[in-house]
Amino acid sequence: MKTSNKKTVLIVDDDIDCISQLEIHLKKMGFEIITGENQKEGEDLINKFKPDLAIFDLMMDNKDSGFILSYKIKKKYPDVPVIIVTAVTAETGMIFGLNTDEEKQWIKADLYLEKGLRFDQLQVEINKLLKL
Amino acid sequence: MATLKVMIVDDEPGIRSGIVRILQGYSVSFPFLEEDFTFETIEVGTGEEAITYIDNNPVDIVLLDNKLPGIFGIEVLEYINKKSFDTSVMMITSYASLDLAIKATNNGAYNFVPKPFTPLELKTAMESITKHLYLRRMTKKLQEAGKTIRFQFLSVLSHELKSPINAIEGYLRIMQDRQAGTNLEDYDLMINRSLERIKGMRSLIMDMLDLTKLESGKKNREIVKVDLVEIARISMDTMSPMAIQKNVKMYLDTDQPSIMLNADSEEIEIIMNNLMSNAVKYNKNDGVVNCYIKTEGDKIKISVKDTGIGMTDDDISKLFKEFVRIKNSKTKEISGSGLGLSIMKQITEDYYHGNVSVTSVPDLGSTFVIELPKNC
Repeated sequence: MKTSNKKTVLIVDDDIDCISQLEIHLKKMGFEIITGENQKEGEDLINKFKPDLAIFDLMMDNKDSGFILSYKIKKKYPDVPVIIVTAVTAETGMIFGLNTDEEKQWIKADLYLEKGLRFDQLQVEINKLLKL
Repeated sequence: MATLKVMIVDDEPGIRSGIVRILQGYSVSFPFLEEDFTFETIEVGTGEEAITYIDNNPVDIVLLDNKLPGIFGIEVLEYINKKSFDTSVMMITSYASLDLAIKATNNGAYNFVPKPFTPLELKTAMESITKHLYLRRMTKKLQEAGKTIRFQFLSVLSHELKSPINAIEGYLRIMQDRQAGTNLEDYDLMINRSLERIKGMRSLIMDMLDLTKLESGKKNREIVKVDLVEIARISMDTMSPMAIQKNVKMYLDTDQPSIMLNADSEEIEIIMNNLMSNAVKYNKNDGVVNCYIKTEGDKIKISVKDTGIGMTDDDISKLFKEFVRIKNSKTKEISGSGLGLSIMKQITEDYYHGNVSVTSVPDLGSTFVIELPKNC
């Protein structure tokens, strides 16, 4: 599945526009991109290969698809950094993040970002997570 | 303090008594729960005993070994699933049967703990299954009480409204910084996608307005004699620009020149527009839409048949829920709000005591049928 020595980022999002935008930016950063469009595809991809970084949308087929994928990938590859991105935000009262110890315990992701991503910020965060 | 009944199904008495010891005096509490949970244990040594017990006594949590002397744990799991007991099942398995554990999880077991486990591992697993059980029961209780959770609706709504804004903003930023290079044509796709997302957002807003009208109460309804055939014809005209783009032909057939119903014309328009727009939107290029309006006994039957992408039975079962959009490779570029069908169903059933049904064959097309009792 991998065709070069580039680092691979797995993106799973059911919004094709988010995928294609992330793709443009991450390819410019020099990553190889592999994408899935739902939880099932994400699970299959996790079973098939180990990416260097994973970015999951939170709300896909299930409202917590991103959490499930993050749990599964961490179980298989504990060292792969995971970013969860979502358009679900605090205004609705649905607040979660990685702020408290309890949240850190059950949300397995390394970083939790709200959509409307600023890509320069994303770039900084990815470099931090991959220690580049 | 609430006590959950835990049935331990394992043929090894040592494992059973170990679990009993660990759970004795152990309690689970969460910040969002009003009370703590403690556990009362029941021990059984075979799958048969487990089934007999659960048939006659309520059990909250089952800790289930697979390798049992008679029937296997996985069969007990299937039985529990089939009977839809209000029970959460956790498999306890040795590492060697991890594959089985995964199969069990796919078959409805909540989770599994590998054997041998430490007291801490068991406690952590119990904590998560308790949380799961509590949330599941709470959701069910809220639904049973008829309180459709507005909060949930609003959070999904905000998600659905924000997603297109984020997508469009993302494309605009890419264009603003010319991130895709200097070739202008490379930006066409982004412009088209942005326009498509705007279309989707507009239809969501329109549907929201419909829904608000419905929910603001019946006092604004204006019941007069309306002609279903005429409304269907107008609705087809409305859809014709979209139909022309896809070269979809639309036909209307009726057994009488006009079929009257005492109704609010706006509501009937919502129904017709939903039927027609879906039939065009999910059609293939060069497809056909056939609409029949007929009277059958004391009923009026409106059926709209398309030659589109169709749906699986699984898709159909989810179809009428709010914000559900069938997502697959064939629908991913079609914009919609996921509200239309739920609105249509609500109007048909609540206001006209009718019903909506759908039959569909993937790749061949779908037929939506609305039956309304005659009232004039």
